[in-house]
Amino acid sequence: MLGIVRQKMLERSSKKIRPAVSMLRSYSSAAKQMTVREALNSALHEEMSADSKVFLIGEEVGEYQGAYKITKGLLDKYGPDRVLDTPITEAGFTGIAVGAAYYGLKPVVEFMTFNFSMQAIDHIINSAAKSNYMSAGKISVPIVFRGPNGAAAGVGAQHSQCYAAWYAACPGLKVLTPYNSEDARGLLKAAIRDPDPVVFLENELLYGESFPTSDEVLDSSFCLPIGKAKIERKGKHVTIAAYSKMVGYSLQAAEILEKDGIDAEVINLRSIRPLDRSTINDSVRKTNRLVTVEEAFPQHGVGAEICACVVEESFAYLDAPVERIAGADVPMPYAANLERMALPQVGDIVRAAKRACYRSVP
Amino acid sequence: MPTLLSAWFNSHQPNLHPPSFYSLSLFRSSHPPPSPNPTLAMALSRFASSSRSGSLLKPLSSAISLRRPISTDTTPITLETSVPFTAHQCEAPSRTVQTSANELLTFFRDMALMRRMEIAADSLYKAKLIRGFCHLYDGQEAVAVGMEAALTKKDCIITAYRDHCTFMARGGTLLEVFAELMGRQAGCSRGKGGSMHFYKKDSNFYGGHGIVGAQVPLGCGLAFAQKYSKDEAVTFALYGDGAANQGQLFEALNISALWDLPAILVCENNHYGMGTAEWRAAKSPAYYKRGDYAPGLKVDGMDVLAVKQACTFAKEHALKNGPIILEMDTYRYHGHSMSDPGSTYRTRDEITGVRQERDPIERIRKLILSHDLATEKELKDIEKEVRKEVDDAIAQAKENPVPESSELFTNVYAKGLGVESFGADRKEVRATLP
Repeated sequence: MLGIVRQKMLERSSKKIRPAVSMLRSYSSAAKQMTVREALNSALHEEMSADSKVFLIGEEVGEYQGAYKITKGLLDKYGPDRVLDTPITEAGFTGIAVGAAYYGLKPVVEFMTFNFSMQAIDHIINSAAKSNYMSAGKISVPIVFRGPNGAAAGVGAQHSQCYAAWYAACPGLKVLTPYNSEDARGLLKAAIRDPDPVVFLENELLYGESFPTSDEVLDSSFCLPIGKAKIERKGKHVTIAAYSKMVGYSLQAAEILEKDGIDAEVINLRSIRPLDRSTINDSVRKTNRLVTVEEAFPQHGVGAEICACVVEESFAYLDAPVERIAGADVPMPYAANLERMALPQVGDIVRAAKRACYRSVP
Repeated sequence: MPTLLSAWFNSHQPNLHPPSFYSLSLFRSSHPPPSPNPTLAMALSRFASSSRSGSLLKPLSSAISLRRPISTDTTPITLETSVPFTAHQCEAPSRTVQTSANELLTFFRDMALMRRMEIAADSLYKAKLIRGFCHLYDGQEAVAVGMEAALTKKDCIITAYRDHCTFMARGGTLLEVFAELMGRQAGCSRGKGGSMHFYKKDSNFYGGHGIVGAQVPLGCGLAFAQKYSKDEAVTFALYGDGAANQGQLFEALNISALWDLPAILVCENNHYGMGTAEWRAAKSPAYYKRGDYAPGLKVDGMDVLAVKQACTFAKEHALKNGPIILEMDTYRYHGHSMSDPGSTYRTRDEITGVRQERDPIERIRKLILSHDLATEKELKDIEKEVRKEVDDAIAQAKENPVPESSELFTNVYAKGLGVESFGADRKEVRATLP
């Protein structure tokens, strides 16, 4: 499915490719294909190279080359003093990493999946997020917690939860959700450079996805601002706000909606905390209709927060109730058919957008 | 119910015998050697006191720092700790310690100041000037003072919520303490932390933590960072007998031992985790042995010289060999916190017994007097001075203003990125985070 999107994006960019002379003039139009995995790996390489205080810590990040190969090659390049394999003790090694951040180092903690971060959540919230406030600015915590978040494929209930809403609820944390390779590079570099604790939620199924990345993105100084969403696709009739893998699904939904004459604007949130409320509201004030999409459990989720914020700021602009697409309100089942039902599909997003546009849904 | 005092020296045996209160005599400090020549001793003491009274007559500055030299006499005095150290997986250090009049008087003053401070905090809490939680350290002063004497400010200390005295030992001031407890601007955390969140980063004191046990992995992380930065310094991570059973402690100890981190885990065993006596919480209350592969030392935590000796030993050990556990056998006179009378789970006799037989300040007072390092009046004068310092600091703190309303929104982030934050009614109160 995503392959279709990729092909379409390539077709669009190839249409723009004119003779070689004009290509040389536009610095950022040349696009190299890069997987999200390569993007994350290159970002880690560059940030470790730039700042000797940055170190990696987590299970299998070193000799195993990373459980998902995100940290491949880093042990060889930076040595065992800076790439640390830990025992399977999240509470212990997360606490150690936060303590190192208190002292002034810049740890990048890998959770093999964010499901395991629950074992260390006290350190993320109470030891990291709140320290700068409780100490009136004396103890800042320049740490990044990263790893795959949300559903993979067939891994069952204990390995499929999305933690965006949980972490984004806590003041003192920054929560980022990259979608494509540009996001992965820019946001990870920003996270590592940021002096505050950042929860960096990746997606396992996106690691292997390739996206075109411009020279600007590939430059080692490239960095994206934290707290700013990106309009992936401009539109006029309905706003679809999503993060991580659901951005891809939303773009596909937008293609389908276009055939029915609905021009959808797709927002890639990129940052769940701080949430880019102004981009979302500006978009809704333009389109007057909103669909939020997330993979996570629906109750008290990111969509609920977006809906509340739009109702508070832009109520008069809404022409329809806010539609919310989320994961099913059940623990993730294993059977493939049930798993499919437990996660949003492109069709769900299309249907919700049509509802928001008061179109009858066949 | 066995008293914890007999439990102390019975801890080697699995079965706890019923208490014998009078076996406390084992804890009395060893008698000092008789003075060789009474005339000489008198002459020496007169010399010492005249140099001291000179400094005592100097006007007291309003600065409320902890370390004001009383006696300048640094001639080494050799003493023995109250009891020998018990070791696990290592050679115990000698119980013979070197000290001096200067050091002993400094210890006395520092501990007396801490004692006075904690008792004053008790009154302030009852007067409702201190709110929320207030965990007092009186009885345990020797641990804070002895440890500080063995360390430099390059070494890190991290502790739990019973942190007022540890903060003072690291160079904090009385005003910062009382202002923080009363939620005022001059507090060490500008009134935003409270009793459990004192920090002093410039002295490498990292708090002040409310979650039991969390400070131990954090402390091992500090040690990691010290090793990473090649600082040749160590971290002392303090925790109580209640926290000693926390899983994350063993996780952090495991990693520290694997990576040879210069971490010293210090169990301040005051024998009660809130209201639960150690024998009800720990299958093995021999906390100094609980590190298994990590060496440990059991120390009389009411003897400031023993604490100093043990910490010096531990620092040297950790720099070479990785983590070590120190178990400080100590006692708190107050309950767990101000909402705990401290008498539902232990007898008043036990508390008075410890006060009579093991009080750390009394021990030093007896040492000073028996070695003619100061007169009883001089020591009483120090206590009066210290009381005045505390009263002055409280008066100053009471005058100090509460934080500005805008402080609600400061320090949420180190780098706020100009994002918006909200008050209870977001249509009423919004702020841009700096």
